[in-house]
This record gives sequence, structure tokens and C-alpha cells, in this order.
Amino acid sequence: MKSAVIVFPGSNCDRDLAVALEQVTGRKPEMVWHKEAELPLGIDFIGIPGGFSYGDYLRSGAMAARSPVMGAVKDAASRGVPVIGICNGFQVLTETGLLPGALMRNAGLSFVCRGVRLKVENSQSLFTSGYHSGEEIVFPVAHHDGNYQADEGTLDRLEGEGRVAFRYLEECNGSARDIAGILNDAGNVLGLMPHPERVIEPAHGGDDGRRLFEGLLETIAA
Amino acid sequence: MKARVFITLKSGVLDPQGKAIHHALEGLGFSGVNDVRAGKLIELDLAETTSDSEIEDMCRKLLANTVIENFRIERLENA
Repeated sequence: MKSAVIVFPGSNCDRDLAVALEQVTGRKPEMVWHKEAELPLGIDFIGIPGGFSYGDYLRSGAMAARSPVMGAVKDAASRGVPVIGICNGFQVLTETGLLPGALMRNAGLSFVCRGVRLKVENSQSLFTSGYHSGEEIVFPVAHHDGNYQADEGTLDRLEGEGRVAFRYLEECNGSARDIAGILNDAGNVLGLMPHPERVIEPAHGGDDGRRLFEGLLETIAA
Repeated sequence: MKARVFITLKSGVLDPQGKAIHHALEGLGFSGVNDVRAGKLIELDLAETTSDSEIEDMCRKLLANTVIENFRIERLENA
């Protein structure tokens, strides 16, 4: 599997994501700078990492969403290439319109940085086939703007179409319906606030995140 | 020519920062504050030929996230 990790000024989880992808796929991802207007040929998977792209100026993810590389990411997503956005990457995906809704300041106003219990709501997606539906897992979170909000109609549609991938099992940031991660309508774009790439081996304090990348690799290879 | 863009959260969208400011005002003894909503003011220095629709385009494409925010444009003539 040939993967790409997009790097913006202020990204800080790009190396973690690259390490996770290399460990699981056996191949170093291409690191793609935000000024590139095109992706390398033959990319099977795109990761948009966490961090504070452009210092979170204007709104989290707003500047990154308008950078040249995101045009290429949008094209690839529309062709069905799987795209994952983690934390700031999720914010970037909502700002580009690839995912609905918006991520607002945490309801408690504090930066949250800890392991949180999550429920896998849908194990039928490209990204979640390594889990069982209803399974409880723990991923770390580290964000200030993770409060997922969308209008009621959008939330109902996400639920009805099985597009809520992960839900918080504990109070975290005030997200509507405790939503932690969502899929696009085609199912090839996932955005989530928690960090699966930070828990891929027991030395990290947990390896619940590893199966996300393994499941993805299996689905793409199949 | 200058223009000001006021960006505010849509009504019904929870504003935790507004709430915190509200609590702080109450803590300072200001009673009678019913609600606080925080927003942004962006000042643009523009070419004289910039049209209203161009400024609106700037708001829709970048300055505001219309999923959660409203914007209002105020042109400052002779500024």
C-alpha cells in the first residue's frame, strides 16, 4: 500500500502517523508538503495528521483547507481513495467540506489531553473492519477544538446511514451525540478527533489504534 | 477603501467562550447581563474597485464558516 501524509506548517503528528503507517504497511509513506498541487502517482491512501496547522489562525483547519494540496486531496477522495483526517486533520476535512459539520471550542473550554473510551459504532467501513461493532476501545485525545456540531438533520442522517464511526463513552468535549468520528457518504473519508496512530504498540500504553491501520491495509489489498 | 467583516456564531450554536465571558462579568459584579456571544471583526483594506459580491465571496470561501457562522459586511467609504 502506497500512502501519503500531508504536511502543513504546524502539523505535529505527521511523524507519528508516518511511523504507524510504515509499521503496519511495511512501506514509508510519501510526505507531501501543503504547497504541492498534485499527489505522487499511485497513492492508495491519504492521511491528514494532527497538529496546529497555521497556528489555528482564523479557525482550526481553515487555512490548511484552502492550501494547494487540498485540491488534489479532494480529487483523490472523489475518485474513492481512502482519506483519514485525525484531530487537526478532521478539522481540515470539515473545513474543506469533505465531511459535514464543524469542530468548535470544547464545551468545557479546556484543552483535553488523555485517553478516552470510545465505542466502535460501525465496523463495516474501510477504516473499522479490524473492530467489532459495539467494541469498546481507548484512544488518546489532545485537542482544544473537538466539539463536533452539525444541524439536527445532518446528525440524523449521519446516524441513519451508519456514518458515525466512533462515539465517546465518556464526557470529552461536548460533541453533539458524543460523536468522535464520522464517515463521508461514500464511506472513503473518515475524520476523528482521537489519535489511533498514538496507540499502535503496547509500549505506547495501548495498541487499540493498530487495528484501524491493519483493517484498512487488508481492505485496500483485497 | 476599507471594509469590516463581522463574523458571529449562528443563533442556536453553543458559544462556550461567550458563556465564560458572561460568567466572568457576573463574577465582577455586573448584574443584568442576559447573554454574551463572542465573534470576530476582520478589517480589510481593499482596492477601490472591489465589488460587494467579491467581498461576499471572500467571506463564503474563507473568512466565515457558514456551517456555524454568519457574516455581515460594512463598507467604510473614505476610509
